[in-house]
Parts: sequence; structure tokens; C-alpha cells
Amino acid sequence: MHIMEGFLPWQWCLFWYILALPVVAYGIIQIKKITDKNPEFKPLLAVSGAFIFILSSLRLPSVTGSSSHPTGTGLSAVLFGPAVTSVLGTIVLLFQSLLLAHGGLTTLGANVFSMGIVGPFVAWLVYKAVKKIGWSVSICIFLAAVTGDWFTYLTTALQLSLAFPIPTIGSAFVKFMVIYAYTQVPLAIAEGLLTVVIFDYINKLRPDILETLKVIGPKLKETIKAVG
Amino acid sequence: MVDKKPIILLFLVALIVAIPLTIYNGMGVNQGYFMGSDDQSSKVIEETGYKPWIHPIWEPPSNEIESILFVLQAAIGVVIMGYVFLYYIRQTKERAKKDKK
Repeated sequence: MHIMEGFLPWQWCLFWYILALPVVAYGIIQIKKITDKNPEFKPLLAVSGAFIFILSSLRLPSVTGSSSHPTGTGLSAVLFGPAVTSVLGTIVLLFQSLLLAHGGLTTLGANVFSMGIVGPFVAWLVYKAVKKIGWSVSICIFLAAVTGDWFTYLTTALQLSLAFPIPTIGSAFVKFMVIYAYTQVPLAIAEGLLTVVIFDYINKLRPDILETLKVIGPKLKETIKAVG
Repeated sequence: MVDKKPIILLFLVALIVAIPLTIYNGMGVNQGYFMGSDDQSSKVIEETGYKPWIHPIWEPPSNEIESILFVLQAAIGVVIMGYVFLYYIRQTKERAKKDKK
């Protein structure tokens, strides 16, 4: 989902920066607020960021015969919400654009918007919605991570087709979707599975923190205690 | 008892990665396989006649250097995650000890 340095006209770079900046700023304020109130969230915040670091460094092959990478933002989106995730995503994207020439400083706004904002926002919404239906936590996490990953790439396809509507926005969108969307389907599933593994482990070690974050309901803890 | 769920899930992930490598066995970048989707879209954009107006300040000089930097990125994540999980495990053990007393 990285738009490479220079591959967006400057007007679009500015446009996506303007959209992304307030969210990241709000995220920074939120991080300060929640860690001041609950210092015990800090290690979990670090884990969420670390998870994005790991997953977005994995360039995996896909059945379409090309390769791409997961985003890893689903975990943080479910735990801390999309605004906080946008800050973590910005750190990773900055690392990749400076050290790997993957993405760029001018396109950072656009990349933060897709990977740090839209993806996590969709993941967060999906988690809330599916949890309301009452499905198991694992399925909620899985679906959130999968859709978050997929919508990140959908956003990149949309951003590129808006900037390069050749010959029309619609046909350009289809062209970029073919590159991104099909490739991403198996990778999004892999990301969903990995997110469930890590979430289960956190849930095993510190269910109390997840409960304070209101990610899992208090009822669940009682059943864990009963089983344990 | 060993919890089988993570083992099964990780096995599925391995399968998702292994299947494409098996299907396109013998194919490489030269045949147009396993190119990064980001590079593919950059190519499509360049085909429209667009020239990037700015270039990265610094680029990894070779694929090998790029790989080691990707590994560095993953390693940073793994170290942080391992550190926090060890911290959590110790906390849980200490709490269990206290409960016994």
C-alpha cells in the first residue's frame, strides 16, 4: 500500500496530509491521556506498535503470483482505537520511507491515511459491530484484522485512481484494484490469523488490561476464572 | 495441556505462504512473478507517462541491503514484543506466588 516517493502530484500529497494530520495529532493527545490515566497500558501500546513493525516488514507471496505485505494495524485498532493507531502507523511508515525507500516523505500523508486511518477505522468498526452480534472474540478479532488490511489497500487503489484517472477514475480504480485487492485476500487472512494468535496470548497473560480497555466484557473473565 | 489453537492458526499461515510458492514453483521475478504490488502500481503509473517529481533522499543500494533493513524492522518489533511478554509472564508468576501465600 506504499505510494512511492514522487508518485503523487504535489496537490494530492498536500490534500492527504491535511486529512491525516488532525487525526494523528488527536491520536498523540489520546496516547498522552490514556497513558497518564493508566500507566499499565504503556507496555500493551508498545506491543501493538511492535506488531505493526513486524507484520508490515513481512513481504509475503500471494496466490495471484505477486507479493505484498500485511499491515498489522488491526490489533492496535481493536485495543486502542483508530486515532492512536494512526500515530503508531506513522512511526512505521516514517521508518520505511527513510531507511527502505518504501513509501516517501511527500506521500507520507496519503500512506498514513490508508494504513493508519482508514484501515484501523474499519477494523475498529467491524470489531464493535461483530461483537454486538455476539460472536466469539477470536472471530471478531479475525474479521476486524482482515477487513482492516483489505480496506487499507482499497484506499490506496482509490487514492491512485483519483490522482491518475486515466482514462477515467472508474477504469483506473479497476486497474489498481486488480493489482492490490486480489493479491491482498490471502495475505489479509494470514494477518487475521496472526492477530488472533497474539490477541489470545495477551488475553491469557493480562485479561484484566483488556477488560479495562473494554475490549472484552467482564463476563468473559468470569468464565476464564471458572475454567481456570 | 498444550493449547492447540495457536499451533493450528500458525500452521494455516504457513500454508497460505507456502501454497503460492508451490503453485508458481520455478517462476521468478524474470517471468514477472512475485513482484511487489507497490512496484506494480508504480509501473502502471509510469506507463501513463507520469514522471515522479521527487526521488527518495536515500535508497538501499542493493536488494541485499534492503533485505537486512527489512529484517531490522522486524527485529525491532520482535525485541519489544518479547520484552513486554516476558515482563507480563513474570508479573503473572509473582501474582500466583502471592496468592499461594
